[in-house]
Amino acid sequence: MIADALECCTAEQAAGNLAQLTRADFQSPQEVKWCPGCGDFSVLAQVQNVLPRLGIPRERIVFVSGIGCSSRFPYYLNTYGIHGIHGRAPAIAMGLKCARPELSVWVVTGDGDACSIGTNHLIHCIRRNLDVKILLLNNQIYGLTKGQYSPTSEFGKKTKSSPAGTIEHPIRPVELALAADATFVARSVFADPAHLARMIEAAARHKGTALVEIRQNCMIFNDKALDDFSDRSARDEHWVYLEQGKPIRFGKDGGRGIAALGMDPVVATLGAGGVREADLLVHDAHSPSSVRAYLLAGLQPPDFPTALGIFRQVEKPTYDDLLTAQVDAAVAKRGRGELARLFAAGTTWLASES
Amino acid sequence: MSQAKLANGKRFVPVPCATVRFAGDSGDGMQLAGSQFADIASMTGTVVCTLPDYPSEIRAPAGSLAGVSGFQLNFADHEVHTPGDAPYVLIAMNPAALRVNMPDLQPGGIVIVNEDEFTPANLAKADYACNPLEGDALGAYRVLPVAMTRLNEKAVESAQLSRKDAARCKNFFALGLALWLYDRPLQPVLEWLMKKFRKSPAAMAANGASLRAGYNFADTAELFRVQHTVAPARLPAGRYRRVTGNEAAALGLIAAANRAGRTLVYASYPITPASEILHELAAHAEYDVRTLQTEDEIAACVAALGASFGGAIGATGTSGPGLALKTEGLGLAVMTELPLVVINVQRCGPSTGMPTKTEQADLWMAVHGRHGECPLVVLAAATPADCFPMAFEAVRLAIKYMTPVMLLSDGFLANGAEPWRIVDPADLPDLRSAGPPAPQDFAPYRRDPVTLARAWVAPGTPGLEHRIGGLEKEDVTGAVSYDAANHQRMVELRAAKIAGIARDIPPAEVSGPAEGDLVVVGWGGTYGAIAAAVDEVRQAGRRVAHLHLRYLNPFPANLGDVLSGYRRVLVAENNLGQLRSLLRDRFLVDAVGLCKVEGRPFRIREVQDKIETLLGETPR
Repeated sequence: MIADALECCTAEQAAGNLAQLTRADFQSPQEVKWCPGCGDFSVLAQVQNVLPRLGIPRERIVFVSGIGCSSRFPYYLNTYGIHGIHGRAPAIAMGLKCARPELSVWVVTGDGDACSIGTNHLIHCIRRNLDVKILLLNNQIYGLTKGQYSPTSEFGKKTKSSPAGTIEHPIRPVELALAADATFVARSVFADPAHLARMIEAAARHKGTALVEIRQNCMIFNDKALDDFSDRSARDEHWVYLEQGKPIRFGKDGGRGIAALGMDPVVATLGAGGVREADLLVHDAHSPSSVRAYLLAGLQPPDFPTALGIFRQVEKPTYDDLLTAQVDAAVAKRGRGELARLFAAGTTWLASES
Repeated sequence: MSQAKLANGKRFVPVPCATVRFAGDSGDGMQLAGSQFADIASMTGTVVCTLPDYPSEIRAPAGSLAGVSGFQLNFADHEVHTPGDAPYVLIAMNPAALRVNMPDLQPGGIVIVNEDEFTPANLAKADYACNPLEGDALGAYRVLPVAMTRLNEKAVESAQLSRKDAARCKNFFALGLALWLYDRPLQPVLEWLMKKFRKSPAAMAANGASLRAGYNFADTAELFRVQHTVAPARLPAGRYRRVTGNEAAALGLIAAANRAGRTLVYASYPITPASEILHELAAHAEYDVRTLQTEDEIAACVAALGASFGGAIGATGTSGPGLALKTEGLGLAVMTELPLVVINVQRCGPSTGMPTKTEQADLWMAVHGRHGECPLVVLAAATPADCFPMAFEAVRLAIKYMTPVMLLSDGFLANGAEPWRIVDPADLPDLRSAGPPAPQDFAPYRRDPVTLARAWVAPGTPGLEHRIGGLEKEDVTGAVSYDAANHQRMVELRAAKIAGIARDIPPAEVSGPAEGDLVVVGWGGTYGAIAAAVDEVRQAGRRVAHLHLRYLNPFPANLGDVLSGYRRVLVAENNLGQLRSLLRDRFLVDAVGLCKVEGRPFRIREVQDKIETLLGETPR
């Protein structure tokens, strides 16, 4: 009904618009005001690279955000956008997507926004499998409020609000999403633009809630967080890329890998003690069970490398499709609603003025 | 009042109105008996106003005082908008129901009790040291003890129901008694039973048998000597149905979205007493209605706003503590200048308060309860049926002025029911808005010069891509702005937009003389009690008027002038003087208050007493 009222573009117009779309079409006139060197720039650039490739007319793309540095994102993209309130972006997106299922709806959020004040909405969005794409920019610090620890900060981190070190254990967004039975969860890092673009594109093409945790720095308040990624030799030891259907290998020349000992992960060195590639875990994001995805998501230093890639990608009906199906079923069963019929339902009686 | 002697030796007494209360255990089916009675009274042409009163416990222990469930109805040969001050007839199905409801009964009223339930165990549960049916504890009333349990059992025995199911029919026995007492026909109830129990002929037959048995018992037993009747009222011609405030609000939202040619998205978190709006809307998906039961109140508010951003009619409903949680979302709605309807069904606060009890103490919250300069439109429905036009009006104003609108209802309106003259959909205003502006004319915060509203351009419109949000916006362009002069201008523009709505709403109109000794000002669900009280006093010859406000922000443009026509202004409300304070603040009028916060609506008598006291202080 709304689509009719909106003079939505015709198929030809849409095709015409699409043919010309480039990265520049998605750059808004608003001056970008993140700190120079901020990881947010990398994410913005990759989103602007990926969007033209999706075959979606620009006017059908909406970015929704909450509060925080990363939540300024919608202002910098020349799509429709709404900069919401702290933590509530998934809830705003829910109303929007349910009203307009044909739109491509994206949520850009941060670790404070999604894992502290808005954790509730994040979990419920994921368990409903609402067809929205969530980019969670995780710099493990509160930047906009000038440097307090965040819910994803490592235990013991010293910040302005934790001068003696935090006494909180961090939330890990990927595991949180898996616990909510996410149908798509991935992790990437701002400093690997090619991988980041692949993850964003895969999320965009997934039908259902797709969460991408993007690890990044905060130049001002948490700059050293990803030094082990910038340093090539450290990167090989501290990070592992997951590739569908392949044994999970990392380290210099892929000399080491992740194996399972019972239900527990272990680091195995190929050739040592007769370990062969066949002994390593083979990555399968499409497994109906999320147990292995959970195991991989939980790998963390100092004993393990941090995993990057798609942890889980499975199919499940989306909330918005199910909602539309229920509306269609009601129309099929009772006919399209007529107000006169609605008003006169139940017991009625006539009065004639005497 | 003429009385007739009937052939069976009974007397027949016409009365202008009657108030009846059905009360029993929460499992006794009193809500059903009461609403059936209300249907029959409506169908036979009287004006009926009803109010259920049920415990907040879903199933309190059987026979306990906490488990008493009541249904009161007032039916009349003239217009009434309250369920009646005090019942003339009380039907009490057990001792607890008697104890809880006795204090409300009119002196000289009739008490029909199910004497079978007055066992020592039940009497003890109701804190009766001795049986009130024995002795003269009830001397001021006419007590009619009926062995309802046994008579019902006998009536339904041929249906061969289980003992438990058979016992369940006794609410229809009680209904039969009540229908005889007020000379109402049984046939419509029997027809209703046929529809309701078409898949269970035994239950249909048993309930019908019990209903007839109750009616016939009253007709033949010597105990029942007087039959009353209430003549049909003169109502504007048309087809009617009974609606509760919550039903009417839901219908109003559906109707308005339909006339706007837009999807209705209603997002809500369950809360008493607002949940029925969600239920009603969820049952009507075929009207292009999408209901979302969200994870919390905040999500409900911003999901509705997200739907509005998408071009749908976004609405949410809540009560008390839920409204507190929505305030952050309301701020965003004011800043983004998107339409949004919030129905706040007020209940006793603060905090959890008394969820099932009514109050009007959220007015300040509605008008002022947000951070920053954050004006929005506040409306209030006056009666249950009035929730229909006011919900429609809320949508109209929200769309036209691109603003959140809060519609205040309350527990009394939400659950109370009255006749609603069914409107012809073609008579409802067309709420469709103009198409999107041309790209060269578009700026996100460019305003219509008359309404000051910005254009509502939803995603999907090519060439008009734009961003909005909670940060202050530059005038016209909508770019983020921290400019000092711009902020001042935007704050003033947002205020002027809402204030200007006063030009687009009906002027304040009093019932009664335009000048006089006293005007009684009310808002919301107090309408019926104030109207009836003012009527009484006026009939006694005093120059008293009633002004009932449906628009609380902005006020009608002529309100100050209207108030200045009276020597005294009395504001009657179910809070400690919130409207009075707003009126004093705005018009420097020395209004006095009648404030009641007992979780119950005003009785007519209470308002009348206050008026008479004030008039006593005011020489003619």
